[in-house]
Amino acid sequence: MDAFTTHTGTAAPLRRSNVDTDQIIPAEYLKRITRTGFEDGLFSAWRKNEPDFVLNQPQYADASILVAGPDFGTGSSREHAVWALLDGGFRAVISPRFGDIFRNNSTKAGLLTVLLPQADVEALWQAIEAGPALQVTVDLQARQVRYGSTSIAFEVDDYTRWRLLEGLDDVGLTERHLADVEAFEATRPSWLPKVQPALPA
Amino acid sequence: MPKTLAEKVYDAHVVRSAEGEPDLLYIDLHLVHEVTSPQAFDGLRAAGRTVRHPELTMATEDHNVPTLDILSPIADPVSRAQVEALRKNAAEFGIRLAPMGDRDQGIVHVIGPQLGLTQPGMTIVCGDSHTSTHGAFGALAFGIGTSEVEHVLATQTLPQYRPRQMAVTVDGELSPGVSAKDVILAVIAEIGTGGGQGHVIEYRGSAIEALSMEARMTICNMSIEAGARAGLIAPDQTTLDFLAGRPHAPQGADWDAAVEYWTTLRTDEGAVFDREVHIDAASLTPYVTWGTNPGQGLPIGASVPDPAQIPDENERHAAESALAYMGLTAGTPLREIEVDTVFLGSCTNGRIEDLRVAAALLKGKHVDANTRMLVVPGSVGVKQQAEAEGLDQVFLDAGAEWRGAGCSMCLGMNPDQLQPGERSASTSNRNFQGRQGKGGRTHLVSPAVAAATALTGRLTAPADLTDVPAIAGA
Repeated sequence: MDAFTTHTGTAAPLRRSNVDTDQIIPAEYLKRITRTGFEDGLFSAWRKNEPDFVLNQPQYADASILVAGPDFGTGSSREHAVWALLDGGFRAVISPRFGDIFRNNSTKAGLLTVLLPQADVEALWQAIEAGPALQVTVDLQARQVRYGSTSIAFEVDDYTRWRLLEGLDDVGLTERHLADVEAFEATRPSWLPKVQPALPA
Repeated sequence: MPKTLAEKVYDAHVVRSAEGEPDLLYIDLHLVHEVTSPQAFDGLRAAGRTVRHPELTMATEDHNVPTLDILSPIADPVSRAQVEALRKNAAEFGIRLAPMGDRDQGIVHVIGPQLGLTQPGMTIVCGDSHTSTHGAFGALAFGIGTSEVEHVLATQTLPQYRPRQMAVTVDGELSPGVSAKDVILAVIAEIGTGGGQGHVIEYRGSAIEALSMEARMTICNMSIEAGARAGLIAPDQTTLDFLAGRPHAPQGADWDAAVEYWTTLRTDEGAVFDREVHIDAASLTPYVTWGTNPGQGLPIGASVPDPAQIPDENERHAAESALAYMGLTAGTPLREIEVDTVFLGSCTNGRIEDLRVAAALLKGKHVDANTRMLVVPGSVGVKQQAEAEGLDQVFLDAGAEWRGAGCSMCLGMNPDQLQPGERSASTSNRNFQGRQGKGGRTHLVSPAVAAATALTGRLTAPADLTDVPAIAGA
């Protein structure tokens, strides 16, 4: 994945809570077997059916930071939701609360998810709406969101931060510990199930 | 130190633990389906990696599969290509696949338990958020994304952070006509779609202990709708009775050894939960959802809520947009909402017991003239069992459609979809906008409410069914 250190860009205010992954990318786009090219599915129902939808407004067309209400990315485990946001030009999403699986997926694909309290999200929404050209910086190195004269600290665990800063792939990291895996495997009870080939009728 | 059930299972699978890093957790069973796996297999190929343990991996086709004419090639070329990619990947990497037409095929969360692959104390993952279903057996089971699917294929492990612990205790006795689905819809309405975030939920209490395995699976299945990646229930005699004799269950001395371990899988006296929720089973009535997230549910005797009365601003806005999308007016009694379609099926309620409950209500009666009912068994195994019991004939006589196994109308990835503006009562798990088809409107219900609703054409509790005429001569 691409490393994430710091990113500055304009932001889009998505004043909605419970934005589930079916809204981020509907199931029909999940039939593809590629890992890129999902931008056409991003919020496709809202883009199509709601002329006023925030991403249909020209002032937010180039936004690269999405600022959403609580419970963003709930529902389905589809990592395609993360890919669609990245393919759609977003590098970071800010919300007071994320769906667990979505947040976890975001760390695997290099999309930064930033937890900020609702009051900070509300203030950021107002600042963006007052001036959509507002430059917002999401700084993973310093663990800060900055805009205008405002600077807000956010929390991210050291390990996830390190992985994102370095753009590291988990499989490679785990392969360094294969001896531990082998040692664990030697202790597994023999009665644990092994998938049988097609069972006889 | 006393431990919760989930902590015991977690601790028993820690391969490696280091300060400042996530734990490396061993995965006992990896279930795979066609939607979230192709990019993971591509990743393996690109890096020259193999599947570390094909024998701990089982694949099936469920999301894309049509439920009619299942032995013909899939008509939609994009769906067909995805299913064919899974067949190719399973063959290349030596993974057992139950394809369409196979007697083990079905929804991934129905076939694991059916084959006896799902056992207490295991760690189970799948690129699907409803993997929490398997927690009904006292397994730690959770959904993962495609990058993690690739990681498990390559290493049979996952980096994980220790989850927080939540207890949902349901004590007392459920009233007739009130089921596991109503319990979990009530729990989600109580704690909200983010209430379980960061937690694993243990369901406990006398009402949970009294439930069948099918019912326990319904409850654990929707843990994710409450924001929790995993939900689980301590194994007991009900669990053992379900497992005994299944194809992958241990036998003989192995069974005895397994049972000895499984009986230790209970939350210790004095173990601490980070959060506890209590529900009185006797207070519950059938629940239905009125909105576009699973937390927007109410007892069926209630009316569509008035957003103006909701104090929280986010929830008020969510309710306003939900009513607009759902085409509902505040104050309308839920029982007056008319539906076009009833869907009985899915990994939440597509098991044999769900079909039996619905068939008992439909027997000798006929589905409302303006309502269509789709009955979709969760697996080929469930379908065969239902047919052996004559349930298919009950559904057909009632005017319902009897289909092949798959995810069907739970999600808009196969031909079974709602049309724009169409309204359903559905035993599935998500009432998100467009979930069952673009513009479709979903009310989540139990199998009993689904059957009762099919008979009247409007949201109906089974207890309301006093005046539905039997078919003449039946």
